[in-house]
Amino acid sequence: MGLWLARRAVQAIITFVLALTLLFVLMRLAPGDPVQRLEGERPMSPQEIARLRQRFGVDQPIGRQYQLFLGGVARGDLGTSIEYNRPVTTLLRERLPATILLGGTVILVNFTLGIWLGVRQARRRGSGEDRLLTAVSLAGHAMPSFWLALILAWLVGVRLRWLPSAGLSDPLLGADAPLLARAMDVAAHLVLPALTLILVTLAGTMRFQRGAMLEVLRLPYIVTARAKGVPEMRVTWRHAWRNAVFPMVTLLALWLPLLVTGSVFVEAVFAWPGLGSLAAAAAGNRDYPLLMGVAILAGGLLVGSSMVADLAYAALDPRVRLA
Amino acid sequence: MTHVLEVKDLRISFPVEGAGRMYPVDGVSFSLDRGETLALVGESGSGKSLTSLALLRLVPPPGRIEAGSTITLGDTDVLGLQGEALRRIRGKRIGMIFQDPMTSLNPVLTVGDQISEGVRAHLPVSRREARDRALHLLQEVGIPDPVSRLDAYPHQLSGGMRQRVMIAIALSAEPEILVADEPTTALDVTVQAQILEVLDRLRASHGMAVLLITHDLGIVAGRADRVAVMYAGQIVEEARTPALFAHPSHPYTQGLFASVPRLHGPVGRLRPIRGNVPPPSAWPSGCRFRPRCPQAFDKSETMPPLLPLDPEHRMRCWLAETDRS
Amino acid sequence: MSPLGAAIRAAARDPRGRAGLGFLGLLLLLALLAPAVLPDPAAQPDPLGASNLAPSLLHPFGTDPLSRDLLSRVVTGARVSLGVALLAVALSITLGALVGVAAGYLGGAVDTALMRLVDGALAIPRLFLLLLVLAVWERVPVLTLVVFIGATGWFGTSRLVRAEVLRIREESFIRAAEALGAPRRRIIFRHLLPNALGPLLVAATLGVGDVILVEAGLSFLGLGVQPPTPSWGGMILDAKSVLVTAPWNAIFPGLAILGTVLSANLVGDALRDAVDPGSA
Repeated sequence: MGLWLARRAVQAIITFVLALTLLFVLMRLAPGDPVQRLEGERPMSPQEIARLRQRFGVDQPIGRQYQLFLGGVARGDLGTSIEYNRPVTTLLRERLPATILLGGTVILVNFTLGIWLGVRQARRRGSGEDRLLTAVSLAGHAMPSFWLALILAWLVGVRLRWLPSAGLSDPLLGADAPLLARAMDVAAHLVLPALTLILVTLAGTMRFQRGAMLEVLRLPYIVTARAKGVPEMRVTWRHAWRNAVFPMVTLLALWLPLLVTGSVFVEAVFAWPGLGSLAAAAAGNRDYPLLMGVAILAGGLLVGSSMVADLAYAALDPRVRLA
Repeated sequence: MTHVLEVKDLRISFPVEGAGRMYPVDGVSFSLDRGETLALVGESGSGKSLTSLALLRLVPPPGRIEAGSTITLGDTDVLGLQGEALRRIRGKRIGMIFQDPMTSLNPVLTVGDQISEGVRAHLPVSRREARDRALHLLQEVGIPDPVSRLDAYPHQLSGGMRQRVMIAIALSAEPEILVADEPTTALDVTVQAQILEVLDRLRASHGMAVLLITHDLGIVAGRADRVAVMYAGQIVEEARTPALFAHPSHPYTQGLFASVPRLHGPVGRLRPIRGNVPPPSAWPSGCRFRPRCPQAFDKSETMPPLLPLDPEHRMRCWLAETDRS
Repeated sequence: MSPLGAAIRAAARDPRGRAGLGFLGLLLLLALLAPAVLPDPAAQPDPLGASNLAPSLLHPFGTDPLSRDLLSRVVTGARVSLGVALLAVALSITLGALVGVAAGYLGGAVDTALMRLVDGALAIPRLFLLLLVLAVWERVPVLTLVVFIGATGWFGTSRLVRAEVLRIREESFIRAAEALGAPRRRIIFRHLLPNALGPLLVAATLGVGDVILVEAGLSFLGLGVQPPTPSWGGMILDAKSVLVTAPWNAIFPGLAILGTVLSANLVGDALRDAVDPGSA
């Protein structure tokens, strides 16, 4: 087990380094160098230019730049944001909580409601309910998230004024207001962005779970369970779902990065102060060190959570655990 | 006397794409008495497995049991049961053993759990008691070192062991009837004998009635009291075992016996039955064995009913009317 | 008829396939006929007086802030969005197929190296790759955008094709061709690829939907298709400022995206069921 863990960790590191390399190459492939681009944005004195060149390391040979880059990431130094002139890592850390709140809510709902609905659909395959849910989820999946966000913001936030549609909290609510009031305020602001993301993503989760369940329900050991007289609920959850949960573990691993990098579009529309809107702003400002930072974070998370998913598989599936 | 199990005119239908329905089981009737073993013999495609699934109302959709069929357990009408009442006969009154123990056991649950579950589904016992009973059953089916095996997973056991586990599961709620659907087909020859021996022993000690479904005539001899031969969704011959083996009368049965290679006697060519088993979507008209039958004649164009040859020996063939062939 | 042909026929008979193809066909027709039938999308007949008009008989989708007929804008936008999607997907599929075949057929070190690279690339969410590239390159012409989008979308396809190749190459007809001394290239193109086409087609169709959403998103952020070329995402971006007073500016382009992506997905699903019936 230890050996497997070590091998898997090495694999993960290699993948991560390859991802970093890809990002590095993308950056350097661009015509001109970073400082040249900045020059075009605003006038700078020769000293400033020299300083920037040194800081970005563009005066070094490409191999050295690569080394510096990798070394920086290993140290946790992701460079400095051009726009905000602050360390990228600091900016990421600041915006993290809001994204975790939004992403966490969405993932929670997806992996409870989504799973439950998916299992339900599989059990009632072909029924009116199954078809309705499939239709709704197909529509949700096909919707651009930013569009749905706009529509909801406009309808619910502006026209009906039921819920706030911008930001994380009411700026007029003082910091000394009672905790409950502040929590409720944040919760109210959370509803629309979370709802948007849930509507767009629930489709995929439900379908995935439905598909996995249908595959398992076809298998002979389900017939055995029924033939024993096991009650149907137990057959569904203890026998079928215990086997249909594996693909969902993999799915969760793919989703975990969403937890931290948020949805760029939804956060941008709702002005939710998380990593997603940070990335959107950075893209608009051509602030590529910041974008790199977010991309690196996303990559690292995905690689890490894949490994965790493999571990979870081993823990859940006795065939893997006790091979 | 009430039979422990009685099946009358069982018909199972499946939809055919674009063209109505087909009937892989088409008017099957048989009965089973306490302590008796009935062997249902046939090739794949004969409908024997579907018949056994019907007893527990486990026919996979979109298949369905047609109206006019009757399945009676003692004095319980199985086809009229719903929900909880139906669940209560599964495992408790009829226990079932399936063909392939690798795919018929849940890979993520321990063997002990799967047996205990069968117990607790019907008997009001505690977890501890159910586990003890599972242990006892493992011993009964002859699994060595049962204590450690209780917490084993199916993939950790050999094929023969898994099948013993299946038998333990089938017996967990002490059913009156055991249905064994090709219990040895997926196993090595050496293991087959062991499993059959386990079944024999348990049948005797528990006093169960057994419905043994197989394509292998070899395991029927000396084990079943009566035999029913199925072909194309129907029973074509039924008799007490010695009578069937001594005088196989239906041309299909004769063909089955003739096609088994023998260890003794003169060496000659293998004699298969020519032609192929027809698919349920295209049953021949009249006698369904007619296209392959060496003794077909003009009356074969009409479907024969089961005609008596002797008391307790019937066959679905017009030749019964002439003489014993 | 080849298995692929049979799969396509089956998908076309499927109600989902029919619905999807119907909508897409209609859209395509409109997009092609647009110049002849609809008013010029850039025309501003009454620049000051006709801005942000609600939908009416004259302007079924209303007018935008610059007094342009929204219906013709949406239809013209279809040409751009569909064009980008189809070209980008074609690029992704080609790259993915080439890499997948190379990895699957050549095996060994080539396979390991290629798949490791794919793993690395898959670690970064596609959107971030594109945001990064577009932030660096700045305003790119549509064709360059197509290349970028296509170049970031082949990773998953290569894995898929590789899996198919691994499966097929064990089949006896490949062995037979090899035994006859057929050159590698022939085996790959005449024997392997045609059999992997099924899943490829499914991936392509579903990919079209993905690309439309990606391109719309990028245009919404101002990074994708640049004005004055109309694009659905760009129209929604323009609609943001007048959302409260003239919501149709956002609603109709959004519905267009929804309809197109949904149709592509329906066709893709129908194809998938036709190609691999086990996954209903």
